[in-house]
Amino acid sequence: MKYPLNVRVNGVETSVDVEPHRSLLNVLREDIGLTGPKEGCDDSECGACMVLVDGRPVNSCSYLALQTDGREITTIEGVSEPSCPHSIQQALLEEGGVQCGFCTPGIVMSAKALLDANPSCDEDEVRLALGGNLCRCTGYQKIVRAVLRAAEQLQDRAGTTG
Amino acid sequence: MKPPPFKYHACRTIDEAVGILDSDPDGSKVLAGGQSLVPVLNLRLAAPDNLVDINSIESLDHIRVQPDHVAIGAGTRQYVVERSDQLHSVLPVVREALSHVGHSQIRNRGTVVGSICHADPAAEMPAVFLTVGGEVTAHSAAGTRTIGSDDFFESYLTTALEPNEIVTQVKFDIPSGRTGWYFEEVARRHGDFAILGVVALVSLEGDTVSRARITIFGGGATPLRMTAAEQLITGAKASDIGGDLLERAAIEASAAVRPTDDIHASADYRRHVAGLLTRRAVTRSLERAGSPA
Repeated sequence: MKYPLNVRVNGVETSVDVEPHRSLLNVLREDIGLTGPKEGCDDSECGACMVLVDGRPVNSCSYLALQTDGREITTIEGVSEPSCPHSIQQALLEEGGVQCGFCTPGIVMSAKALLDANPSCDEDEVRLALGGNLCRCTGYQKIVRAVLRAAEQLQDRAGTTG
Repeated sequence: MKPPPFKYHACRTIDEAVGILDSDPDGSKVLAGGQSLVPVLNLRLAAPDNLVDINSIESLDHIRVQPDHVAIGAGTRQYVVERSDQLHSVLPVVREALSHVGHSQIRNRGTVVGSICHADPAAEMPAVFLTVGGEVTAHSAAGTRTIGSDDFFESYLTTALEPNEIVTQVKFDIPSGRTGWYFEEVARRHGDFAILGVVALVSLEGDTVSRARITIFGGGATPLRMTAAEQLITGAKASDIGGDLLERAAIEASAAVRPTDDIHASADYRRHVAGLLTRRAVTRSLERAGSPA
């Protein structure tokens, strides 16, 4: 039996009917068409499925879709337009923090949650915030550098406009 | 993988949740944060007919700090508990232990009570509960009962809860007097389940140890109190707790654990680490309790 699910996804009010055993990840990818969040482990180990629910990063594989009724969900598709990448995405490109790219959407979501809450973060805080994201390609150094670089840029921008 | 289909019940009240559990105790599972249960469903290690979601029961989301205990509701997220300064001021070991529970993304969703009820022997919160002491409040159609921390953990992923019971809150006792604490775990990576870990509380009256609680987790089918080591140091003067006594406490701890070989470490290694962590836990707890030891 399907139940109605009403959520705000990347700023858009969205209604779908879903069966209760479907995960948020599954519904985002297959029903709503947002394939940015990836299915890696389905076990909350890898973080490739990371999305923000009410601004906080969670593993969407371990979250039943129906439990998000009435909530605000942000996926990688809601972070920026392809023509104008977010500072974190730009920094990942410039620092070489992307190789195969499978973990990247999840990394960006965890990093965005960190920088939104704590733009003046240090390296330890970046490493802690990305603790739930596995990358099998880069060895993490370039990813951490990229997030720190994005943090600097966001702070500079805040400084010039504020 | 995808979970097998189940009936989903987004309960609004404890009575509603208890009613569903009572109608099908063996076919029902309680869902709180889901950070253990949903992966278990995804991997099809469990296939309940009824999933009883308690996240919408507002009365379960609370932290109440009382003079002698802290009560944490079954709906309260780990990150909320981690950030509670009021709780931290009376039970600082909780924040330190929680920082090792999965990653921040897990703690955004997971609950303290859910972790205790899941009873993974290598998990942090069951060990903290056993060390600090306290009680679980369980509801069923038959009524309400409490289960003490010493009677709660029975075996691997198995507690004293009946299948028709639901835990609504867990109380942690607040230690009296000058109490020092220690938490440490050995893991290959931060956020992994522990290969072995220790939680300790040591209280002093004057220069004498009045109470000692030491728990090793990851060293058996449940978290294990190191009662022989506790007895060795209880009643001792802090200034006398040095090389010989610490060595004996470490030997007792190594003998008390019941580890197994697995892919992460050998049983021998775990026994060695149990002794080492016990020794360190006593030393550091005494320092924190403010003794000159």
